[in-house]
Amino acid sequence: MREKRRIRNVIYHVLVFSVGIIMIYPLIWMFMSSFKETKTIFQTAGNLIPNPFTIQNYINGLKGFAKVSFMTFFKNSLFISVVATVGTVISSAVVAYGFARFKFKGRNLLFAAMLLSMMLPAQVLMIPQYLWYQKLGWVGSYLPLIVPYFFAIQGFFVYLMTNFIDGIPRELDEAAKIDGCSYPQIFIRVILPLITPALVTGAIFSFMWRWDDFLSALLYVNKSALYPVSLALKLFCDPGSSSDYGAMFAMASLSILPSVLIFIFFQKYLVEGISTSGLKG
Amino acid sequence: MNLFKKAMSRESTAGIIFTLPFTVGFLLFMIVPMGISLYYSFCKYDILSPPVFTGLENFRTMFADETFYKSIKVTFFFAFVSVPLRLIFALLVAMLLLKTTKMTGFYRAAYYLPSIIGGSVAVAILWKRMFATDGVINKLLQAVGIDCKFSWLGDTKTAIWVLIILAVWQFGSSMLIFLSSLKQIPMSLYEAANVDGANGISKFFKITLPLLTPTIFFNLVMQMINGFLAFTQSYIITQGKPMNSTLFYTVYMYQQSFEFYNTGYGAALAWVMLAIIGLITLLLFATKKFWVYEGGL
Repeated sequence: MREKRRIRNVIYHVLVFSVGIIMIYPLIWMFMSSFKETKTIFQTAGNLIPNPFTIQNYINGLKGFAKVSFMTFFKNSLFISVVATVGTVISSAVVAYGFARFKFKGRNLLFAAMLLSMMLPAQVLMIPQYLWYQKLGWVGSYLPLIVPYFFAIQGFFVYLMTNFIDGIPRELDEAAKIDGCSYPQIFIRVILPLITPALVTGAIFSFMWRWDDFLSALLYVNKSALYPVSLALKLFCDPGSSSDYGAMFAMASLSILPSVLIFIFFQKYLVEGISTSGLKG
Repeated sequence: MNLFKKAMSRESTAGIIFTLPFTVGFLLFMIVPMGISLYYSFCKYDILSPPVFTGLENFRTMFADETFYKSIKVTFFFAFVSVPLRLIFALLVAMLLLKTTKMTGFYRAAYYLPSIIGGSVAVAILWKRMFATDGVINKLLQAVGIDCKFSWLGDTKTAIWVLIILAVWQFGSSMLIFLSSLKQIPMSLYEAANVDGANGISKFFKITLPLLTPTIFFNLVMQMINGFLAFTQSYIITQGKPMNSTLFYTVYMYQQSFEFYNTGYGAALAWVMLAIIGLITLLLFATKKFWVYEGGL
């Protein structure tokens, strides 16, 4: 009986482990290929270990194209993602506080609008927003990539934080009120410190989504010095511009590094965010 | 300033002020754009010159446009194949990972990582190279003795499957949602079933699956919508090629609006897409009472 259980255990681990390796094999392959000599990548596609090992791809890749270094693209991405994330987190927390703690006229209607905004994805809004931003004269700048996020337009984050604030006992608010705190003071001194986990979860998802965002960059950014990484990578691999696959894999590996690091260090928050609110990773 | 303080001190007005950012954002970045595009969907508009009102012309063109039908067919095929496959994988793997061992953390990470980065341009580029004629897929097939120089992305039958595999590969977040619902099923139900002599398969179909149906439903609705809206991956990997066999609706809409400069037509396409998504959601909700268990525990 014990023997049988041990065999089953081994089969379980062999199965789950090997399927797990298949799952991440493409990523490992890309990462390893980025250290191969660029002309040997496809001849040796079956081998994982680079021989000889070289970092030349990274040097070539960072040179970028059109006289813009790839570092500039990383800086642009970082700027857009950080600013938009700060906007999303602050505005979502403020709005969530309003929804969670106050009864006011039109609250239910507004809440329904918020749920609707969760169902209205970027692709449906792509052309409508383009037409509108064009009227506003925002096309060609970072404004469409940043300003909307300061208005809590991503319902997911508002929803996540509203649920979180709902879980905080109202007695804490009451006590602060008796001590003479106004509503803004209650929000800053009582609520904000208590919802830190939700803020972190929101910030992580927002940052990763902004970092990966390709569609709005494609629509609104048209100067190569302003490209974020996603758009730069796409142009890097366009036929005609370059066939330096080594450099391409090197830059692609670098571009997913922030997400991988977040994944390694904040896994707990990611898992919680997904399992509690169904956020998509 | 005094007025603001006064408004902030009353519950009814303070709530309005706190939610004001969303109210403004919703109007400014969703309602107004949708309104503008509704008007433009009745216009001939090419971005460069002013719009000309043409009534229902765009919609008439659309219903006679073969590429429009083709893109709907492709998109439906993609969504109806990739979403169920992804959910089945997610559920299977979630059940395997329910058992906690020393390796569980590593396993969960390996299965979940692809969903974290799957939407990025980097992965799209990688996928394109993997399935190229000289890519790693053919090399691995050659290594096991199958002499394959097949162009997966060049064939109208296989190209769409490359995109489907990419979508199914990202089953990690659904898996996490299933894991957390599986953990909520009380052990006592299984113990009672054991007493009655039920085997593993009947326990799965009589206990696990019915209790998971609300989660499956939620996942199905969200992912059908997302499946219908897939853009980045198909735009980068195939651009709709070959012969429009991977032309997703969103990609077609993008091409019409920003490559052929039929932006008015593109706005009409966007509205039709919204109607289609609404319809799918309604249909899914209509089926809910037939298969989703809502009795609670």
